[in-house]
Order: sequence, then C-alpha cells, then structure tokens
Amino acid sequence: METLAWILLDTMLVTALLALGWGSLASKDLRRGVVLFIGFGLLLALVWVRLRAPDIALAEAAIGAGLTGALMLSALRDEPGTSSEAAGDASVRSTPVSASLLLTLLSAGLAIVLGAAFICALDRTDPASLAEEVFANLGVSGVSNPVTGVLLNFRAYDTLLELAVLTAAVLGILSLGPARSGYQASGPMLSGLTGWLVPVILVVSGYLLWVGAKAPGGAFQAGALLAAAGVLLRLAGHPSGGLPRELALRGLMVVGVAVFLIIGLTLMLVGRGFLDYPVAWAGSLILAIESAATLGIAATLIVAFLCGDPGQRPENHETADSGVPLAKCENNRRNTPR
Amino acid sequence: MITQQLIFGLAGVALFSLGLRMAFSPRALLRRILAINIAGAGLFLLLVSVAYRGREMAPDPVPHALVLTGIVVAFSATSLALALGRRLGGHREDD
Repeated sequence: METLAWILLDTMLVTALLALGWGSLASKDLRRGVVLFIGFGLLLALVWVRLRAPDIALAEAAIGAGLTGALMLSALRDEPGTSSEAAGDASVRSTPVSASLLLTLLSAGLAIVLGAAFICALDRTDPASLAEEVFANLGVSGVSNPVTGVLLNFRAYDTLLELAVLTAAVLGILSLGPARSGYQASGPMLSGLTGWLVPVILVVSGYLLWVGAKAPGGAFQAGALLAAAGVLLRLAGHPSGGLPRELALRGLMVVGVAVFLIIGLTLMLVGRGFLDYPVAWAGSLILAIESAATLGIAATLIVAFLCGDPGQRPENHETADSGVPLAKCENNRRNTPR
Repeated sequence: MITQQLIFGLAGVALFSLGLRMAFSPRALLRRILAINIAGAGLFLLLVSVAYRGREMAPDPVPHALVLTGIVVAFSATSLALALGRRLGGHREDD
C-alpha cells in the first residue's frame, strides 16, 4: 500500500515535470517560458530528493533553477520585445515540413535507443561496480560524504577540469564586451531585505562548504549560494554585485583552479602522484581546495550573470555607480546603431 | 529493477528527446538554449535513475558526481551562449 502511494507520487511528479518542460518550450511568450523553466528546475530538485541525491538537489535548486533562470531573465531584458511572440519566435523563417518531420523521427529514434540502453543498464546487476569501490575506499578519502569523496579525491581531475571549463566560459564572456548596465537603486523594501538576506546567505554558504565533508553540500552548492548573494546585491542596485575590481577580481576568478593546481603539483614535488593526497592530510587538503573553489565559483558565476566585467564601462562612459543615470545609460546604448 | 527507477528514467528519456527536437526547431535563440537545458536535465535524470539502488542500499555516488559536474558545465555553456547571443545583437537571428 505504501509502495503504491509512492508510485502515485512519483507518477504525479513526473507528469508535472514533463508538463512544465513542454510548457516552457511551447508557450507563446518567451518570458513565460523562462519562468516555467525555473519551476521545472525546482520540481527537478524534488525529483533528485526522491532519487536520494540531495547533493544534486541542492545544486539544481541553486544553479539549475536559480542562477540559470536569473541569467535568462536578465538576457530577456537585453532585447525589449523578444518576450512577445511577434519579435521572438515568429520572425524566424519556418523550415519545410519534410525537414521538421525528419527531425521529429530522429529524436524519437534516439529516444528509443536511449530508453533501450537504460532498461539494459537496469537489468544488469554488477556486484563489482564502481560504487562498491567508492564505499570500500571512503575511509581513506578524508571525507565521509561519498559524493564529495568522488568529486575531490577519487575523480579530482574531473573537478579540476570542470573549474577550468567554468573559468574558460567566463573568459569568453569577458572578451565579448562590457557588463550589462546595472539596475536602479532599490527601494527601502528590497534594500532592507538584502541587508538581512545577504549575511544569512553568507553564513549558510559557509555551513554548506563545511558540512560537505560528511553530509550533502560542498564547494558547488556553497559557491552557487554565494553567487546568489551577488545576484541579489546586483538586483538591489549594487552595480558590481559585491565583486571586487580589476586585479582582485581576476585573482578571485582563478583562485579555485590555482589552489587546486598548486596542491596537485606540490604533491608531485614531494614524490606522490598528481592530486594523490596523503591519507592523514586528505581532509585538510580537500577543505582547502573546496574553500578556494567556493570563492572562485561564486566570482565566476556572478561575472556570468553580469555578462561581463563590472569594472569595465559601457562605450559611452556614463557612470553606473551613482545609480541615477542607469536607465538613461541603457537607452543610449540601445539607440546606437549596431 | 525498481519501478521508481523506471518512472524517472523514462521521463528523462522523454525530456531528452523533447529538448533535442525543440533545440533544432527554427525559433528564438533563447528558446533553443532553454531546450538544450531541458535535454540536459533529461540526461541527468537518466543517469541518476541508473545510480538509484533501492531504499536499502545507498545510491551509486559516481553518477551523482558526474551530474553535479554536468550541472555546472551546463551553466557555463548556457551563460556563454547567452553572452554570444547578446553580442550578435539579439536573439532573433539564427543564421
């Protein structure tokens, strides 16, 4: 009976998830699509909890739904009018029916192959799986949360390269031009709320970083939460979202990769393998890497949200700091011919 | 085989194919970036469903770590794509 209730709940979750996914792609209004996508991400976080993946649930809620949603909403702001169908989808030329049919058939075929592979994977019960290896060696990894153990010890290369990918993407964004113009200074409600929320977010982020060693949490969740504080500051009218300027910002962006590399290379110097931690030191080294990674991830995520370097001025050199001429600055930029 | 795995895994397959199909349709750039994100979410769902091993056994942490990495990489790609779209002068052009 209990099982039946769970199956019912899971089916409802999945139905709502598919409906939100479909709605966000099919709705006529692009803005509504983005909002439905945020709802989709939050529901997906619930699904992760059902699948016993609380680490992913935290990351999904913070990055997948929160930051991606905020990023897309601010991208909508770039182009007034794209939120309506007339300026968004409809102006794009349509494809011939045959091509669209072929695409539908191809994606359906791929879905069938993927589904078949999934069912085969479920049928295989492999006793000597990677999971057993992880649980057998968790004692020497320096942490007791298996996901953190995999991310920062057993497969630390993956995480190092992931940080490098994040930094590379943000370098690409930085090279594409100045940041979006900021928002006007907020009213007393939002700025008061920001004053309360930002310190709370800082504390929770520190907690997530610390607790990641033994419970769900870790550098990504903590970094994403810190970035959320930056997004909040930005929306409340702080042009740089709490980021430092110039060299300090550059340093903050690479600190995660840098500390990771320095620790890996130092271990090589003392005669061990790259990122092969000594057992006694593993916990502290992982914490050091995670702390640096949290700062680096937060800084890169905020720069990604700002869509450029906050210290760099838009072409017309109007100041974004005073808060008053922001709307004007925005208009000027739009009126210049592209 | 566990029913829960089957329900979520097949939903992941459905989301993947939905997102893939929509990503190739001639629509606004932002909409197609949304579609790619939904296709990615479908794949993550598939991976985590495979990692699930019932209520008695702890789930396999390796796919969990992969999906965590994937979420961050998906965000990087999305933000770069949006910045490129902005540089191109809007979300309308697709050629």
